Amino acid sequence: MTRLGIAGGIIQVVVITGGAPLLAGVMRQVRARLEGRAGPGIGQPWRDLRKLLRKEPVTPAGTSELFRIAPLVLLATTVTVAGVAPFVTDTSAVGPAADLFAVAALLAMGTATLALAAIDTGTAFGGMGASREMTIMALAEPTLLVAVFALSVRAGSTSLAAVVTATLRDPARVLSPAGLLAAAALALVTVAETGRLPVDNPATHLELTMVHEAMILEYAGPDLALVELASSMRLAVFLGVLATLFTPWGIATTAAPLALAAGTAAFAAKVGLLGAALAAGEVFMAKLRLFRVPELLAGSFLLALLAVTASYFLAV
Amino acid sequence: MNLTESALGLAVGVAALAALAVAALPGRWRPACAGAGTALAGAAGVAAGVAALTGRPFSLSLPGLLPLSGLEFGADRLSGFFIAVTGAVAVPAGVYATGYLRHSGTSRSACAFLPLFAASMLLVPAAAWAVTLLACWELMALTSLLQVLAEHRRRPEVAEAGRWYAVMTHLGFACILAALMLAGGGSLLAVRHLPAGLAGTVFVLALAGFGSKAGIVPLHAWLPRAHPEAPSHVSALMSAAMVNLGVYGIIRTGFGLLGGGARWWWLLVLALGAVSAVYGILQAAMSSDLKRLLGYSTTENMGLVLVGLGAAGLFAGTGHRVLAGLALTAALLHVAGHAAFKTLLFLSAGAVAQRAGTRDLDALGGLRGGMPATTAAFAWGALAASALPPGTAFVSEWLLLQALIHGLPGGGTAAAVVLPTAVAAVALTAGLSAATFVKAFGTGFLARPRSDGAARAAEAPGSMLAGMALAGAACAVLALVPGAVLPALARAAAMTAGPAVAGLVTLRLSGAAGELSPLLLALAVLAVTLVAAGWLRVLPGRRARRAARLWDCGAGPLTARMEYTATAFAEPLQRVFDDVLAPETGIDVTHLDEARYLVAAVEYRRRVPDRVERRLYQPALAAVRAWGEAGRRLAPGSVHRYLGYGFYAVVALLIVLTVTR
Repeated sequence: MTRLGIAGGIIQVVVITGGAPLLAGVMRQVRARLEGRAGPGIGQPWRDLRKLLRKEPVTPAGTSELFRIAPLVLLATTVTVAGVAPFVTDTSAVGPAADLFAVAALLAMGTATLALAAIDTGTAFGGMGASREMTIMALAEPTLLVAVFALSVRAGSTSLAAVVTATLRDPARVLSPAGLLAAAALALVTVAETGRLPVDNPATHLELTMVHEAMILEYAGPDLALVELASSMRLAVFLGVLATLFTPWGIATTAAPLALAAGTAAFAAKVGLLGAALAAGEVFMAKLRLFRVPELLAGSFLLALLAVTASYFLAV
Repeated sequence: MNLTESALGLAVGVAALAALAVAALPGRWRPACAGAGTALAGAAGVAAGVAALTGRPFSLSLPGLLPLSGLEFGADRLSGFFIAVTGAVAVPAGVYATGYLRHSGTSRSACAFLPLFAASMLLVPAAAWAVTLLACWELMALTSLLQVLAEHRRRPEVAEAGRWYAVMTHLGFACILAALMLAGGGSLLAVRHLPAGLAGTVFVLALAGFGSKAGIVPLHAWLPRAHPEAPSHVSALMSAAMVNLGVYGIIRTGFGLLGGGARWWWLLVLALGAVSAVYGILQAAMSSDLKRLLGYSTTENMGLVLVGLGAAGLFAGTGHRVLAGLALTAALLHVAGHAAFKTLLFLSAGAVAQRAGTRDLDALGGLRGGMPATTAAFAWGALAASALPPGTAFVSEWLLLQALIHGLPGGGTAAAVVLPTAVAAVALTAGLSAATFVKAFGTGFLARPRSDGAARAAEAPGSMLAGMALAGAACAVLALVPGAVLPALARAAAMTAGPAVAGLVTLRLSGAAGELSPLLLALAVLAVTLVAAGWLRVLPGRRARRAARLWDCGAGPLTARMEYTATAFAEPLQRVFDDVLAPETGIDVTHLDEARYLVAAVEYRRRVPDRVERRLYQPALAAVRAWGEAGRRLAPGSVHRYLGYGFYAVVALLIVLTVTR
């Protein structure tokens, strides 16, 4: 635990908690403009959250404590990842927690808890959303871990900080075949895990197509605010991991205030750009049928496997 | 006489005394006596195992006990580890049995053989000579068979499960017997130098024999039948302790007796492990019988252990001894973790089966109201089993993945092909196990009850809860401070290399970069949860919670029949893995007599049979049956023909003698 790491951890938690709803706002605004609408402005998600937090908490009949704790756990796992991953600074606040496998597992833990809460409601919607979400998560896992494998080969470690440092030292590796393939695979996993098009449509409430929205259908008031906040933070964290793994430039390597400010700005810019690009891409895409999603994930797995193979055979 | 020896002797003595006492005592005292005997024998076993694990080996020769060969016992660190794990499973299982047996009406003999089963499992890793191992192995097989059959009067499926188990365990025994005979018998603790071909044969036979006990695909067919049909404390003993002895046998023959070996051995082990892991968890994901699901999950976990063993063998063969030590340590930690969470899961599943009267997840649900403590126990076990932090399997799978990943550089082309595939298999297993246990816990314990039995289920008695609490505590230690046991495990794995992991709170790999602190991770998540909960409480304008109706699309109150069932939950996965699982579905539509256009009834059937069983075992069984039928034609019951057989046989013998002499 260094001073640099702790400063970075605190900044990241603050920036991601405060900025994630803005990221969602930016993405909706980009989408609205590209579709020829005026859009509500990028502050709208924050206004929604404020409104939800002021409402009275509602407990649906027949749900247990788990239903009320799940949003907290989802938020906690996401905040933990936001705190330990090296986004703004190149060292982690808690080194032994910033392992790529641990980060992936923590995010999966949040998903699984929300799925349990969805089942706990005992409605058909909840069960359906949970079943679909867990299926997608299970199928995305091999891509995720094999891509991590590919990234860790040259760094010699699965620690996020080690991968970032190795990339900073040798920037050409991002453009190596292994780096590009791993980036493509991880990008597809990000789309699947955060429930964006073409895997899930975050703007739909049609029962045939809902995944994430079906799980959180029974949430209202402050509980829903937590879920919404955690979901947008999850998106920010996933995009942040992509950004820091493949374009770590601008990251703070010293604890000087100027370096930290530059690191923060670079991080916000990178995540904002990635989010805007994702939103722009979504305009041109339709949602895939649920049973075509495994094909997409199998494709991404192939990319990840190729990345490992390339990292071995093309490295010598 | 050192501590190991006396503690092991004490365990066997206590078990024998308890068995005699159960046989003599009236029915009222039997459950307490059998359970206490098992738990005490287990506790003594833990003491013996820990003593051997921390460097107090022993050897004991009892030449008079068995004719011709006598019995030879001895334990090194590796044996000590498996003795300790077996004992640690027997303690909660015994405590639980005192309550479980009281309500199940188990027969006198089944109660009496329970402590003997535990003791025989403690003796298997302590066997130092081939004949002793075979004798203890057979004793374990027979006592466990009697335990599987304990409830055969109440459920007809038990007899079939028992038959499968009896046949498979004896085929396995035959393989082990052949392997040890080919290896020349004698001591198991010394390295034997055999010619390559013979060593390969010995290893494959041993792998088949021990692998069938560990439930490795394709020799797993008995496991998901026998483990669920046994009483639950026996399921725990079998699924958490007995399968480990298969792993012990593979380690002992592969690394110990044969001293490493060719690369293809370990590639075979790794491939079998990866296939078992993925196939096991897929079948578990499809299963809607709670205990059968847990049985398949045992196959999955033993597969992961075999992946670790295979990787260790590969690395040891290429001279990467530190990595080999890491892989073997990961495998041993997974054995210990699996023992802890599978005990917990089977014990809580047994409480559910006894209280709700069914193991069918499609008929359960809503148990959190009536059985809160059991629900908490199962939840903790499910978290431990699903490779999510802060669970037990997460730590061991992390170590396993680290070993696989660090093996790539300098591993050669074979490693470059095998290791990514192995990582993918481990990852798919982890993802599917999360889905499986979300299904098992979610549909079984949460939501609303789907049957009267589930609605009326009341909490299990204190003794059963105490058993679960013990297993849950073991899970917690292994999940949060694995550093407390890892150094001992690393030394037990020292037949391949030196200690590969260090650190109490933060695990650090030695010889490779990598660190993880499960305790810090858990504390971080807990702290943020508490802060967020506190923040919500002090939020300005906070109002009281209000109960509200569920969203029912305006169609009136939702009934339990509208809930998602376990089968429905698994349906997307079934579709995705259609080609592997080959489910059998059928739809019958009955029309009204008056009008063909009106439907009177629709019947939908769906079964997911075990495909390996369907494609491998059923043809084999059919062939055996056909040969038997053909053989019957030789014996039509005519005395003339039998006399003719005798005559022709004598003539043939005479001709052979004339030609050869």
